[in-house]
Amino acid sequence: MLSLSNVWVEYGEKVVLERISLDIAEGSFVSIIGPSGAGKSSLLRVILGQDQPSRGTITLDGEPLPKECGPDRGVVFQRYSVFPHLTVLGNTLLGLEFAQAPFAARLFGGARKAAIAQAGEMLAEVGLADSMNLYPSEMSGGMQQRLAIAQALIKRPRILLLDEPFGALDPGIRTDMHALITRLWREFGLTIVMVTHDIKEAFGLGTRVLTLDKRRHDPHAPHRYGAGVIYDIALTRKVQAEAEAQVVGITIDTFGNN
Amino acid sequence: MRWVNRSIGRGNALLLGAIPLGVLALTYLFAAASRHAANPSDKILPLPGAMAEAMAALVFEADPLSGQFLFWADTLASLSRLGMGLGIATFSALLVGLVLGALPPVRATFGPTVTAIAVIPPIALLPILFITFGLGETAKVALIVVGIAPFMIRDVAGHIAALPREQVVKALTLGASSWQLLLRVALPQAMPRLIQALRLSLGPAWVFLISAEAIAADVGLGYRIFLVRRYLAMDVILPYVAWIALLAVAIDFLLNRTSRAAFGWAHKAGH
Repeated sequence: MLSLSNVWVEYGEKVVLERISLDIAEGSFVSIIGPSGAGKSSLLRVILGQDQPSRGTITLDGEPLPKECGPDRGVVFQRYSVFPHLTVLGNTLLGLEFAQAPFAARLFGGARKAAIAQAGEMLAEVGLADSMNLYPSEMSGGMQQRLAIAQALIKRPRILLLDEPFGALDPGIRTDMHALITRLWREFGLTIVMVTHDIKEAFGLGTRVLTLDKRRHDPHAPHRYGAGVIYDIALTRKVQAEAEAQVVGITIDTFGNN
Repeated sequence: MRWVNRSIGRGNALLLGAIPLGVLALTYLFAAASRHAANPSDKILPLPGAMAEAMAALVFEADPLSGQFLFWADTLASLSRLGMGLGIATFSALLVGLVLGALPPVRATFGPTVTAIAVIPPIALLPILFITFGLGETAKVALIVVGIAPFMIRDVAGHIAALPREQVVKALTLGASSWQLLLRVALPQAMPRLIQALRLSLGPAWVFLISAEAIAADVGLGYRIFLVRRYLAMDVILPYVAWIALLAVAIDFLLNRTSRAAFGWAHKAGH
């Protein structure tokens, strides 16, 4: 579905990513890991449209990606993903309001009621149904990330991009969030690309794990070579288990599988 | 217990805050009393009785020449000038600051102009304003606007430009246009900052108001204190200064209250 062919990301002399060619299938959960500075987040920003590749092309469903971020790609960052001046409900409504009210960017009357109902369903999915009127500053980090996910999912993006979404959370909360994202991924048939530092998380959640690192290293000019995909591991066993689980209709705890 | 760890209760804070003010008032009374002991007709440090008497004439009695209650006429004139100046400055700061902060092409085009205007000392522009707008109300209001608007514009623009990039990207992935982003993301977050900038600008705004009134006016708080200076009328000047301070504190208090009531999210923990 998403296809990168020979993508390079260069900032002046510095090569961050080189020769990235990838095909990401619909419904896959791709984890990207790698050492710090290997360009994980750069790759995510290029897919997001926030940065442009200096060479190569990216296509989504065969169409070249537009040069800026749009509603076809949702995102959850580690921090600052939710708007501090809006309540939980307001944050979730925002995507619907942008789409349905080009000038006022607000909905009124029946349209607002319908949007609130839709937002309410989405918030119930992420477990925030009882917190609709809280402001982000009144919530824990985990709740803020739940909200960020709901806010992104209400736009039904083709791809959901996660940039170390659970990196700042306590281990216990993180486990809850893993369960949540796995459930949502399955229920909504999402395609997810997640950047993480946590190898266990990458293998626990993903159906495919990409490892970014530099293939070559010039000690005199470390910026001359960029990182590429050095391991591309398809977790086929897991995909099969997933499929079986869906056939017989039982939920398998995905963390235990790897 | 170390001082950094001491928390002061509400009642104690009021009491402690009142002590320096009380000491100041007492010092003044002692100084005034000792001067009056030496010279009963001293004008430099008038006693409270003399101040009350002088003010009563301005507050409760109509001026025989103009038929106005001078104290109230001064207050009304000054507050309306200040209000207009603050209003225009705030409105333009919101408008210009918002587009300057949120839209890089606008910032590249007009940012240097705003900076250039901001570094000019406003009082140096006062003659130009008098020549352009005449000696009427317009020039005084214009001085306040010219004096505080550039600071407010730059403050709001800086705040908007410093919003986390993630927020902008998030809004774009939710399908926002530039206009929608301005309206729903930048504008609401600019508002509390705008009120803070306005509060900080109150002091300069009063300076510009009093300066303009001192130079060319026929009514106003600044006009009155500069007029009666000729007669060493400290019994009028001191209460007027206290009144100006009181008005300034009241406006600041109201603005703070408004900000807390209307933009509670900006005053919660974590911001």
